[in-house]
Amino acid sequence: MSESYDRGLIEDFGRWTEFSAGMWAWVFHKFTGWVLIGYLFAHVAVLSSAIPAASQTAAIAGGTDVYTTTLQALESIFLVRVLEVGLLAVAVFHMLNGVRLLLVDLGIGLEVQDKSFYASLIVTALIAIGSVTTFITPEVVPW
Amino acid sequence: MSETYSSFRAGSTLWLLQRITAAFLILVLAFHFFWLHFVNHAAEITLQGSAVRMDELGYLITMVLFLVTGAFHGVNGVYNALVNQGLTGTPKRAVKWLLVLAGALVIVQGLRVAAAMSGVSV
Repeated sequence: MSESYDRGLIEDFGRWTEFSAGMWAWVFHKFTGWVLIGYLFAHVAVLSSAIPAASQTAAIAGGTDVYTTTLQALESIFLVRVLEVGLLAVAVFHMLNGVRLLLVDLGIGLEVQDKSFYASLIVTALIAIGSVTTFITPEVVPW
Repeated sequence: MSETYSSFRAGSTLWLLQRITAAFLILVLAFHFFWLHFVNHAAEITLQGSAVRMDELGYLITMVLFLVTGAFHGVNGVYNALVNQGLTGTPKRAVKWLLVLAGALVIVQGLRVAAAMSGVSV
């Protein structure tokens, strides 16, 4: 049985102290969505180094083409590795909350949507923490 | 509490397409992260290795679909978020076409990258 009430404008972020779990899920989904679309453009820009590299036949075999050296130079930067963990966290939350939204749209789990939001946050945190050793390997740690 | 929040008008075509692409992207994004970060580590990626992966027709098609659906889902999401913030009239039309252009550009550039990678002899 659904009941409606006046939630006010969630777009008015000045009211953040009054936000419920569903509102925070909405805000986090927007934020992670903006990060992911921004990253898509940056990702395609970096991968575009494959276009000039594709004609460097001898360099490709030796792994010294501009695509390989660009990616490996980026991957040697500690900050890039930290940002990759952040990107994974952003992507995992967006996916888990996306599943939650799809289920809610199908009428599944509507009554536990607060709990499923908290579960999305906890699982995201666990996966992000668990991935740290995969992304941040000893050779890039500056100390 | 049973109120839900969305930037989309439920039942519209864009709303439906956003959800169809979401269902596909959840699977492919999870695969992409797993394959290119946990199985093949990003730091060890080479053009030769990328070309070998792109030489598999199924992988190439999956990545092209990933690009197209990801660009649509992202651009459509941004558009609806801005409309939800109160964008109307001429600014709304201008933003719409700017986003259509941006989405088309990232798809074209992504296809050029895919073509370059799959053109490398493996």
